[in-house]
Amino acid sequence: MGQKTKASQPSSKTLPKAATGIQGLDEITRGGLPRGRPTLISGGAGSGKTLFGLEFLVRGATQYGEPGVFMSFEESIPDLTKNVASLGFDLDRLVADKKLFVDHVSLAHSESGETGEYDLEGLFIRIADAVQRVGARRVVLDTIETLFGDLPNPGILRAEIRRLFDWLKQKELTTVITAERDHPDKLTRHGIEEFVSDCVILLDHRIREEISTRRLRIVKYRGSTHGTNEYPFLIDDQGISVLPISSLGLDHEASTERVSSGIARLDGMLGGKGFYRGSSILASGTAGTGKSTIAACFVDAACRRGERALFFAFEESPQQIVRNTRSIGIDLEPWVRKGLLQFHAARPTYGGIEQVLLLTHKHITSFQPSVVVVDPVTNLLMVSTQNEVRSMLTRLVDFLKTQKITAIFTSLTAAGALEASEADVSSLMDTWLLLKNIEVGGERNRALYVLKSRGMEHSNQIREFVFTDDGLRLLDVYLGSEGVLTGSARVSQEMREKAVVTFRGQELESRRRELERKRRIFEARMVMLRAEFEVEEETIQHTIAESELLGEEVMQDRGQMVLSRKADSSSYKKDGRAKGARKR
Amino acid sequence: MPKTKTKTTKTKTRARPGKPAQRKLAVWNLRLYVAGQTPKSVRAFANLKVLCEEHLKGRYQIEVIDLRENPQLARGDQIVAVPTLVRRLPVPVRTIIGDLSNSVRLLVGLDLRKVD
Repeated sequence: MGQKTKASQPSSKTLPKAATGIQGLDEITRGGLPRGRPTLISGGAGSGKTLFGLEFLVRGATQYGEPGVFMSFEESIPDLTKNVASLGFDLDRLVADKKLFVDHVSLAHSESGETGEYDLEGLFIRIADAVQRVGARRVVLDTIETLFGDLPNPGILRAEIRRLFDWLKQKELTTVITAERDHPDKLTRHGIEEFVSDCVILLDHRIREEISTRRLRIVKYRGSTHGTNEYPFLIDDQGISVLPISSLGLDHEASTERVSSGIARLDGMLGGKGFYRGSSILASGTAGTGKSTIAACFVDAACRRGERALFFAFEESPQQIVRNTRSIGIDLEPWVRKGLLQFHAARPTYGGIEQVLLLTHKHITSFQPSVVVVDPVTNLLMVSTQNEVRSMLTRLVDFLKTQKITAIFTSLTAAGALEASEADVSSLMDTWLLLKNIEVGGERNRALYVLKSRGMEHSNQIREFVFTDDGLRLLDVYLGSEGVLTGSARVSQEMREKAVVTFRGQELESRRRELERKRRIFEARMVMLRAEFEVEEETIQHTIAESELLGEEVMQDRGQMVLSRKADSSSYKKDGRAKGARKR
Repeated sequence: MPKTKTKTTKTKTRARPGKPAQRKLAVWNLRLYVAGQTPKSVRAFANLKVLCEEHLKGRYQIEVIDLRENPQLARGDQIVAVPTLVRRLPVPVRTIIGDLSNSVRLLVGLDLRKVD
């Protein structure tokens, strides 16, 4: 194992810290346990105290180059070795490499009670010897309080334990002291927490509704900020993992890249381009509305693009999903064979909620998918309470976002409460597709609408969709008086609309004909009018011509009369005057 | 188990061979673990010695082991508190913790009441 760094943390000048190497813990403690000081790990039976201590030492030895001493007051060395071998820790090898020293303190009960004063110098000597043998920087005392059962005079023992802690501190050994907690009001059975003033961590293993969950809480950490919540943790084949694995924050980058949903017309409803990469999509709906199918379409589209997809199936087996999606023309099997698609199917009840989350994390980290499906999240409610599911999903969503993974979560909702998504996770989601069954005219039909989609234009229409042999298809919208029409109501509406169109066509035709008729009448009238006009015109012209003719004739007649009177035409013209002139 | 016997404030008083009537459980093997010459360890040894002389005269053997010099023995013999007195013989092994100043408890612990 390579030595990563010296374990001290540069972040805090005042309080040097020793990284534990336990997944997630160093983030909560902002760097680890107080270096050179004792830390108390308190917890009930089976809460993982011993493992915590051992992992602290093993990781210290392998990752941070700090050898350690494990003083076991309960389990024997072979037992310990066996127990942690299942977690991938090879104690024997570490011991052989002088990176670890394990000592089992087992006291035969003294039958006599108190025979006088004593001290724990024997233990001091043992620890000092062990520390010196491997050059230890870390010590674990697991569980020193058992001495109270073995040794007389608790007063002396308490004083000696206090002296031991002081001594360890003086030797600058980073020490983990485990203690059994048997009463919720007390951290330890014998109150040794008062000797450990620097850091106290509480481990809790609780069973709620038959399902176990583990929790870790930092009760105090003098001189350091730390996360104060209860953090779920998990013990699996890689030791302890505390959540968050990734730090909880809202500082992930927001991608503007779009990815197709795998359904062309759904993309159309989402501004024409589909989802944002790295966004979280909730597909909620009642039973049988096609949530999984939508998820499958999305996965199929991702695989077509050559991206990796991870499918967490909490309800169906992979084979079942593959078979079911094949019936609508989506074959996921080639993607599985190509290694582009991975299924992880398990009932969440198999482990606690944190186990589900951690497994999810692990698979995502190892497979590095660009698309993740969780189908359905509501099944997690079987394992845990709403709050826990919510906090788990918050963590998961944050994690996915930091990894830029687009995720579809399906959620089964009870009929009637469609918009109240059960896990109450909708606010975490960027896009919410609501699927529902519309029951009209004695049949149920599937409909889909986009309830929200952050940061993009999206359709506000309710769309019917059908499963066809070649995929999922969104249909045109038919709005009736009672909302969207689906199924046969839609078909009948389609027919009605056709009839209307035909009727309209006929009506138009008749109108057109009427117009034509009217035009013809108009034109006929025009002709008639023109004819009348022409007749009239002719008459008038005729009259005009006649009267002109008449005028000329008068003149002519007069001229002829003059001629006949042999009168000078001009004298005639100047009749009166000419007469007068002649008189002159 | 080879024990490195050091710092022998060792008192060996063998049972007299001429007296076979002196019970079958002839020799008592006692081991006292201490950490340096502290007042407690000195006191413990003194108390033990007095008791042995009184009850086991001539048939006991005390080994004093200083853990400061043989730290590995603390591990091998499972010693945490000092002084610790271990009765190795007669069996069963008995362990008594403290400076042995409570002689009544010490007698009970060593199971000596019945014997004498």
